[in-house]
Amino acid sequence: MLPELGHFALILALCLCLLLGTFPLYGAANGNARFMGLARPLVAGIFVFIGFAYVLLTYSFAIDDFSVTYIQQHSNSLLPFRYKLTAVWGGHEGSFLLWTFMLAGWMLAVAIFSRSMPLEFVARVLGVLGLLSVGYLLFMLATSNPFDRIVPLPPADGADLNSALQDFGFIVHPPTLYMGYVGFSVVFAFAMAALLSGRLDAAWARWCRPWANVAWAILTIGIALGSWWAYYELGWGGWWAWDPVENPPLITWLFGTALIHSLAVTEKRGIFKSWTVMLAILAFAGSLLGTFITRSGLLTSVHAFATDPERGVFILAILTLSVGGALLLFALRAPLLRGRFGFGILSREMLLLVNNLILVVSAASVFLGTLFPMVYQALTDDLISIGPPYFNAIFVPLMALLALVLGVGPISRWKKTSGRYLFTQLLWVGVISLGLGIVLPLAITLEFGFGPTITIALALWILLSAVRDIKNKVANKKTLSAGLASLPLSYYGMQIAHLGVAIMVVGAALTSVYSTEKSVLLSPGERMSLGGYAFEFVGAKPITGPNFRGMEATLDVYRGDEFLRELHPERRLYLASGTPSTEMAIDAGFWRDLFVTLGEEKGAASWSMTIHVKPFVRWVWLGAIFMCLGGVVAAGDKRYRRALEKLADKKQSVAVPSTGSAEVVPR
Amino acid sequence: MKPHRRKKLGIIIFITLGLSAAVGLTLYALKQNINMFFTPTQVAEGKVPDGQHFRIGGMVKDGSIAREEDSLSVNFVTTDFVSEVPIHYVGILPDLFREGQGIVAEGRVDSSGVFQASKVLAKHDENYMSPEVKAALDAAGTGAQGVMPSEGYKPGY
Repeated sequence: MLPELGHFALILALCLCLLLGTFPLYGAANGNARFMGLARPLVAGIFVFIGFAYVLLTYSFAIDDFSVTYIQQHSNSLLPFRYKLTAVWGGHEGSFLLWTFMLAGWMLAVAIFSRSMPLEFVARVLGVLGLLSVGYLLFMLATSNPFDRIVPLPPADGADLNSALQDFGFIVHPPTLYMGYVGFSVVFAFAMAALLSGRLDAAWARWCRPWANVAWAILTIGIALGSWWAYYELGWGGWWAWDPVENPPLITWLFGTALIHSLAVTEKRGIFKSWTVMLAILAFAGSLLGTFITRSGLLTSVHAFATDPERGVFILAILTLSVGGALLLFALRAPLLRGRFGFGILSREMLLLVNNLILVVSAASVFLGTLFPMVYQALTDDLISIGPPYFNAIFVPLMALLALVLGVGPISRWKKTSGRYLFTQLLWVGVISLGLGIVLPLAITLEFGFGPTITIALALWILLSAVRDIKNKVANKKTLSAGLASLPLSYYGMQIAHLGVAIMVVGAALTSVYSTEKSVLLSPGERMSLGGYAFEFVGAKPITGPNFRGMEATLDVYRGDEFLRELHPERRLYLASGTPSTEMAIDAGFWRDLFVTLGEEKGAASWSMTIHVKPFVRWVWLGAIFMCLGGVVAAGDKRYRRALEKLADKKQSVAVPSTGSAEVVPR
Repeated sequence: MKPHRRKKLGIIIFITLGLSAAVGLTLYALKQNINMFFTPTQVAEGKVPDGQHFRIGGMVKDGSIAREEDSLSVNFVTTDFVSEVPIHYVGILPDLFREGQGIVAEGRVDSSGVFQASKVLAKHDENYMSPEVKAALDAAGTGAQGVMPSEGYKPGY
C-alpha cells in the first residue's frame, strides 16, 4: 500500500507543479498579486509531496519490501542498514527521485530566503522552477517510476546493491553532486526571471550572487568527493580519469566558475549582463547534459545506468525544450540588457573577461572531447575514444594561464589600472615566486623539473599576490586587526577560494609528476621498496563480512628501517550478486599517500599486488575544500541581505544622483 | 569610428583570435589522441594499420585464460564468436575480468599477431555490457546469443 501512496504523492506534486508553472508566471506578467502570492504556498506543497514520496521509498527499502521492482533490483535483506537507506539513489529511478527532491528543496529555500526580493521576481523564479519540475516529474512518472511493483509474485530476496557502491563515498557523493547540479537550476531560473521582466541590474546580480556561490560551492565539494571516492575505491591510483560522466560536472563547474566571476562584474559595474545570462544558461545546460549522458547510455563509462532508449529521448526533449526556450527568450530579450561599455584594456573588467574566456574555452574543449566520439560514430560508424592525453594537453596549459591571470586580477582596479602600478605591486611577488619555484624542487629532489618549477611558482604567485592585496587594503587602517575587520566577507571568500586554487594546482601537478607505482608478485616474507618506503608482505587470511567473504592481506610498511604501520588490502566476494571487489589499503598523509591494491593469489601463497606512493595527492581535495569554504563565506556577505532596503532607499531619493558604481543607465 | 567603438572592435578581434587559436589547438590535440576501436573480426581481416595503438573489444573466450604462476603475465583470447585475437597483458586484471565477460583492451598488435595490452577494462557490473563490446558482437552478427542480456539490470554508478 505504501508504495502506491508514494506514487500518488508524485502525481499530486505534478499537479501542484503545473499550477506553479502557470499562475505565478501569469500573475507576474499581468501584475496580479494574488496569483503571484500562490508561488510560495505551492512550493511548500510540492516539497511536502515529493519529500513524502522520497521518505516512503526510503522506508520501503528499510523494511525490505522486495515487491517493489526498484528495491528488488537494488537491495538485499543482508545489506547493511546504512546502505539500505542510501540504496534509494543506487539506481536510475531512485536517483532521479533524489534529483527532483533536491530541486524541491532548492525551491523551498528560494521561497523562504527571498524576503529581500520583490514578489513579482520571486513568482517568476519559482514559476520557471515549477515548469522544470513538471518536466522532471512527467519523465519520472512516464518512464522511470521507482514505485513500480513486481506482480503477481514478489521475490523472496533482492539482487543486492552493486558492490562497488557499498561504501561511504556512495553515501555522500551523489547527494552532494546532485545538490550542486540542481542549484544551478536556481541560478538559471533567476536569469530567466530577469529576461522575462527585462530587468537585469546590479540589484538582480546581488540577489543572484549568493545562490550562485552556494550552488557552486556545493558542486565543487560534490565533484571533489566523487574524485576522492574514485581514488580510494576504484584503485587505479588516479583522482581524475576524464571519464565521460566525470566531465559534465566539470563542464558545469567551469561554466559556473565563469558565472560567479561574471556576476561580480555585473553587480559592481553593471556590464557583462547578457554574458552573465548566457553563462547561467550554459551552466544549467551542463547539468542537464550530465543527467542525459548518465541516463541515456550513449557513452561508455563506469557511471552508466542500465539504459532504455526511451529515457534518453525524453531527457533530450527536456534539455531541448528548456535550453532551447531559454535561448529563444535570450535572443528576444538580450538587446534590452545593454550595459555601458567603458573599461580600459588593462582593468579588472578586462582581466575577468580573460578569466571567463579561459574558463569557457576549457569547458568547450572538455565538451568537445566528451561528445566527439558520439558525433564521430554517428557520422562514420567507427567507434573511437578520446583518452586523457587530449584533455591534459588542453587543460593543463589553460589552467596555468588562468593561475597567472588570477594573481593579477584581485590586485587590479576597476575601469582602468596603470601598467606601472601593477608592475610595482607585483614585481617582487613575481621574482620571489619564480625564485622559490626554481629553488624548492631543486633543493628537495636534487633534480630540475620544468613542471614542478612552474607549479610552485604559480601557486606562490597566487598566494603572495593575495597577501600583497590584503596588505594594501589594510595599509591605511590604524591597526592590522581593524583593517582586517573592515574587509567584507565576500572579499575573504574570494581570497579563501583563490588560496584553494593554489593548493589544488600544487596537488594536481605535483602528484602527477612525483607519483610512482609498481605491480609485483610477493610471497610471504618478501619485501619490495618504492619511493623511499619498504613494503613487506606478511601473509593473507580469510575474512567474513555481513554480506561478503574475502581475503585480507597484511603488509608491514617501513620508512628506511623504521616500522611505520601495517596495511590491510582486501579482496571481497559479495554473496548475493557474486561480484568480486578489491578494497585498497591506504596510509593517508598530508605530504604523501601510500596505497596497496590486492590482485590475486598465484601458487605458493604468493599474491599479486600494486603499490603506489603518491606525494601531494591530498592537496587536490584540500584545495576543493578551501574553494567550497570560500564560496560559502562569500555568500554570507551582509550586503546580499540588504538588497530590498537599498532599493526602497533608492526609490525615495530619485532626485539625488547616486554615487554607487552599481548604478546602470541603459543606452 | 568613435573611440569606444574602436575599443569594442579591438576586444572583439582579440576574442576572435583567441578563440580560433584555441579551436585550432584543440582540434590538433584531438587528432593526436583518437583511439580507434576495432572488433576481433576487423583485426583478423587486417583492417588495422601496422603498429597502430587501438582498442579492441569482445568476450573473453571460455577456457582461454592462462596465468603464469611466477609473474604477473597473463594470456587470454578475446572473441566476437567469429574471429579470435590472442591478448597478452602484464599486471593486475580488473575485479570483473573472467571468462565469458565482455572486456575492452588498449594496446597494439605485435609482429607475432598477439595483442599486447597496456590496459584492460571490464565493467563494474556483470550484466552491463559496454556499448563497444555490444557493437563488436552486433557487427559479427552474434549479438543475439544467449550470453548477453538485452538490458542490464544493475547500474554501475
